[in-house]
Amino acid sequence: MEHIGIKVLAFGMIAEKIEATEFYLQHIKTTDEFMEYLTEKYPQLQGMKFTLSLNKNIINKNTAISEGSVVALLPPFSGG
Amino acid sequence: MNRFERQIKLEGFGNIGQQKLRDAKVLVVGAGGLGCPALLYLAAAGIGTIAIADGDSVSISNLNRQIIFSERDVNKLKAEVAANYLKEKYNDLHIETINAFLTNENSLQIITKYDLIIDGSDNFETRYLINDACVLLHKPLVFGAIFQNEGQVAVFNVSRKNITSTNYRDVFPDPPLPEEIPDCNITGVLGVLPGIIGVMMASEAIKLLSGFGKPLINKLLFYNLITNSFYETEILPNINATVTAPITFEEFTSTNYNLQCKLVATISWSEALTMKNQSQNNVLLVDIRELHEQPRLDDIEYTNIPMQELFNSTEELSKAENIVVFCQSGIRSVKAAKALADTFPHKSIFSINGGISHYKKTATNK
Repeated sequence: MEHIGIKVLAFGMIAEKIEATEFYLQHIKTTDEFMEYLTEKYPQLQGMKFTLSLNKNIINKNTAISEGSVVALLPPFSGG
Repeated sequence: MNRFERQIKLEGFGNIGQQKLRDAKVLVVGAGGLGCPALLYLAAAGIGTIAIADGDSVSISNLNRQIIFSERDVNKLKAEVAANYLKEKYNDLHIETINAFLTNENSLQIITKYDLIIDGSDNFETRYLINDACVLLHKPLVFGAIFQNEGQVAVFNVSRKNITSTNYRDVFPDPPLPEEIPDCNITGVLGVLPGIIGVMMASEAIKLLSGFGKPLINKLLFYNLITNSFYETEILPNINATVTAPITFEEFTSTNYNLQCKLVATISWSEALTMKNQSQNNVLLVDIRELHEQPRLDDIEYTNIPMQELFNSTEELSKAENIVVFCQSGIRSVKAAKALADTFPHKSIFSINGGISHYKKTATNK
């Protein structure tokens, strides 16, 4: 089977900062590892508040990421 | 035949659902892009009592999305105009107006009177404030917010059997910093986006109150207008949520919800005007809004330098020892004050808390 890695979805200002609404990643095993990768690859995200959702569940602590997972980067919106 | 015939006919809704809506008291915070469409559908659905809280007045640039208002409503109080409009449509609707912004001093007394709260506000300060008040008072909260072409909807504070309730702080424990917040005036929006999100908020409120369908309890839904796509995620209780949230009414009242205060010196209008009166030449009061933004102040002396022009005007700015900047709501002026503080490290730079919206408020409260 093809090595599919993980899919990343970005919303709101995060998508704006990284200039993509989705991308694919490989060889990432945990959410901590993912966050490390993200802040290194996209220093512009430094200090920005957003929440991680792994396979449609919001994650508050380090969690294992399995192949084929979808990780979403969710920033808060305030507009009305 | 009656007004609600078509929804009473609906399986799972019926007379019981209708009666529940009739008995419900709903508070809509903000009669803006989200509040207007939500109000229209809540009133049409037969909610018995609707309260509208908004301290703002209608401006012409609101009209692309705040669909209750007309050109003739410009400068009138939003809550009043919206209340009159709905009352004229449905005579049996009991409607209440609160011509004020919610604060940590007034919101507990207001929120406690209603069964469900709709957050259609437009800033993080109010969103955290409403959330925390609803948590303390155990009130269901229908949340909706937008950013450019995207929207969010969620239902907070509802516990069901075997399910613990969650709230906004379980998703985002702390408010973002001022520099993370997009400039309220530069961010554009198509009127249909808050229309879609506002109607979804009304829909969640109607479902929750009448016991119909599956409301977004402990879920956060994202909508993207560009791609027509939805994304839904589960919210779980977050241990970090309780760290910063007030846990008593006293703590709530003394919590500083003003995000700006932590970073630059913010002062009130009366402090700014006192400063100006005491040393006329050393204080420069600068309106950093665009030239077209209303209302203008005509009873005090100030200079207008739109934010984008600030750094072309350093000569004028450098003459004063103290620079006091203000904008519409106090968000842009904090950014401007920070930037000016970097440019003029030896000057004292202040931002006026709440901007023009607070100036109006102090003037009308007299």
